[in-house]
Amino acid sequence: MLELKGVSKRFGGVVATDRVTLDVAQGEVHALIGPNGAGKTTLIGQISGALAADAGEIGFLGSDITKAKQHERVKAGLARSYQITSIFKRFSVLDNLALAVQARSGSSFSFWRPVAAEAALFEEARAIAAEVGLSEKTSSLAATLAHGEQRALEVGLALATHPKLVLLDEPMAGMGPEESARMISLIGRVRAKVTVLLVEHDMDAVFRLADRITVMVNGRVIATGSPEEIRADTEVRRAYLGDELAA
Amino acid sequence: MSWILFLEQLLNGLQFGLMLFLLAAGLTLVFGIMDMINLAHGSLYMIGAYLMASFAQATGSFWAALPLALAATALVGAALEVSVLRRLYERDHLAQVLATFAIILIANELVRLIWGSQPIMLNAPAGLTGPVELPGGVQYASYRLVIIGVGSAVALLLYVLVTRTRVGMLVRAGASNREMAVAMGVDIRRLFTGVFALGAALCALAGAMLGPILAVQVGMGENILILAFVVIVIGGIGSIRGALVGALLVGLVDTMGRSLLPIAFALIFRPQVASNLGPSVSSILIYVLMAAVLFLRPQGLFPARG
Amino acid sequence: MKPAIVLALLACLFPLAMQAMDQDFYISFATRVLIYAMAAASLNLVLGYGGMVSFGHAAFFGAGAYIVGILAVEGVSSAWLAWPAAVGVAALAALAIGAVSLRTRGVYFIMITLAFAQMMYYVFVSLKAYGGDDGVALPGRSSGFGVDLRGDLAWYYLVLALLGGVLYLLHRLVHSRFGRVIEAIRENETRAAAIGYPVYRYKLLCFVISGAIAGLAGALIANQSVYVSPSLLHWIQSGTLMIMVILGGVGRFWGGPLGAVLLLTLEETLSGTQMLGPYSMHWQLAVGAILLAVVLFAPQGIAGLIARRRGA
Repeated sequence: MLELKGVSKRFGGVVATDRVTLDVAQGEVHALIGPNGAGKTTLIGQISGALAADAGEIGFLGSDITKAKQHERVKAGLARSYQITSIFKRFSVLDNLALAVQARSGSSFSFWRPVAAEAALFEEARAIAAEVGLSEKTSSLAATLAHGEQRALEVGLALATHPKLVLLDEPMAGMGPEESARMISLIGRVRAKVTVLLVEHDMDAVFRLADRITVMVNGRVIATGSPEEIRADTEVRRAYLGDELAA
Repeated sequence: MSWILFLEQLLNGLQFGLMLFLLAAGLTLVFGIMDMINLAHGSLYMIGAYLMASFAQATGSFWAALPLALAATALVGAALEVSVLRRLYERDHLAQVLATFAIILIANELVRLIWGSQPIMLNAPAGLTGPVELPGGVQYASYRLVIIGVGSAVALLLYVLVTRTRVGMLVRAGASNREMAVAMGVDIRRLFTGVFALGAALCALAGAMLGPILAVQVGMGENILILAFVVIVIGGIGSIRGALVGALLVGLVDTMGRSLLPIAFALIFRPQVASNLGPSVSSILIYVLMAAVLFLRPQGLFPARG
Repeated sequence: MKPAIVLALLACLFPLAMQAMDQDFYISFATRVLIYAMAAASLNLVLGYGGMVSFGHAAFFGAGAYIVGILAVEGVSSAWLAWPAAVGVAALAALAIGAVSLRTRGVYFIMITLAFAQMMYYVFVSLKAYGGDDGVALPGRSSGFGVDLRGDLAWYYLVLALLGGVLYLLHRLVHSRFGRVIEAIRENETRAAAIGYPVYRYKLLCFVISGAIAGLAGALIANQSVYVSPSLLHWIQSGTLMIMVILGGVGRFWGGPLGAVLLLTLEETLSGTQMLGPYSMHWQLAVGAILLAVVLFAPQGIAGLIARRRGA
């Protein structure tokens, strides 16, 4: 579904992603792991179109999207959630989700009809709210949500655009065990409909959810494979996993 | 078009550019370090000119009044920073624009209250009112040459200050990454006040030096402020070097454009067309220049932030 | 909706009351307030709802005024020709300036809009044929409505009707899909782009609509004073419009009109009366002080204070 070939990006003297080649197959949950600063978020940015790749190609569903603008990629079915929560703080939860639904249902160059009258938009928004576990909070202002709920909204926004592939950038960042468990089951539910590229530090979640894992260190891919293969890979153990798996 | 006119305009442009640099330097530092839009910068220029005129009258000497005016304006700048501007650093740009705009209104009226609405006299220093003969037989106002001299000296001093001293290093660090500077233990509050006072003094210097040539009147700050903005946008926010290059560019393009363009137009077009077109095009020349620079380099020529 | 109806009624009755009290001057003053209410509302769209701190709004206001002025001087006095022309030219100017400026962010955006507006100011100053620095008087008000618009009463009601129409259109715009997206872009531009909106297009369109309305307000101000001068385009004028918006309440629907009423009434009161005694000609000082106080202590403006009182 998604194919990266030699994707690179540098910021001044720093090479953030270095000839990254990987692919994500349809229907799988593909995890991207690596130490902080490995370039994972930069790679996500390049895939979503927020950052322009300096070199390499990105193919999505058979088409080359390397030069495509961000909104074009979203239209094609690619969505992304952010590591640092990026929601519409002064909108309600429902309005947040409705905005995302609105983006893919017809033109928003509509100046006359009040949005409030579009029942269909809000119905769908409610459905997504239910899916991410925010049914109780639909009329709350996004800024008033607890951290875990904001992360759920974060993922909800990405899902509301009806993507074929969703890029989740550390959805469990800053979450306690109970919230993480809820996020894991959410991703478990979501995988039936959407292919997932998941960036995470939470190894428990990664090994439970992932069909395949890619490991990045210093901007480069050092290994790709099934969870068992990655667990056993000596280079990965040395570079990243180390003692974490001794337990 | 004579060679003499060309040289004269070149020197005028250089002179104006250097004075613009004095204004732009302070402004760009404030922008770069505090990320703050300060419209009141022009008011400091005006206050500097007015104080200079008063001190010159009181002491009877241009050169005696100058350090007094600089010190007084620096104090005004510091007082302004501590009382009002400090509260704006954390606010959004709109709030900064409006608050400093309010300061312009207040400053203009206070100046009117104290000095009246009529422009006041500021004379060039005694002994410099006549022309000087340059190599090549060109007569040029000696006072303007002094301005060029003072402007260049200050530019050099600023360069040394910013690149060679510890304080300068702190300023540059703050300009490129404020959080980092704070994390490294820099007393940000005092640094800010200091930068402000320095900027105010530079404004006063420009106001004092240009006073004999341009009129010292209420509202003089607004006209030159916008030129200073264009300079920083072209040069790159936060960069002293950018401010210098930008100021020289703007000073030269504006001055030479105004005098040479109508002449050039008169050669190409009919006199009626030329007399209309000339002034219009030359007054928008620097904005066209700004647009062109931004098209190629959206962050200006020497952006401080990497 | 109800407060709006009450306001509309009051606005309709106001001039009649003034006539009855033999205070005809205030009808003209009120018309001026209505025109600035329109200009401020147009700025509020791009500034309050769109989050774009455009410091060059006066350019569109003044350009609209000048188009009407120039056409009038050249003999074209029909409102049906001159006013759409004013709106059109203002919209085009907004398109040109917006297209370039909106490619920049933050501080750069503010200064570029400022600089471009000054550019337009100088363009109009250089028009020697139309008064240059001093501006030019119009031969009369626009015609074409079957009523003699020289009469203050007729003119007032026409302006009121236009303002009402513009505010109604703005109300629908702000609550439409487009309005939603514009506010989302203001709240979080990155995320708006990430959920699939071509952000630049929306901002530009908002900018153009705002400029067009300002152009209409400009056409009206030219008629109001029967005079146009370059000061209408000066960046100080842009600042004045911004003051109105913040006094009234940035991003709140009635912010623009409310701010216009407040500022112009304040100006009228302070400069006209003996409130400041021998200092009344320095009323700008009071305005500056009030503005500073509002920015520092009541940034939500008057509309914000009212909303807070209501518990909104």
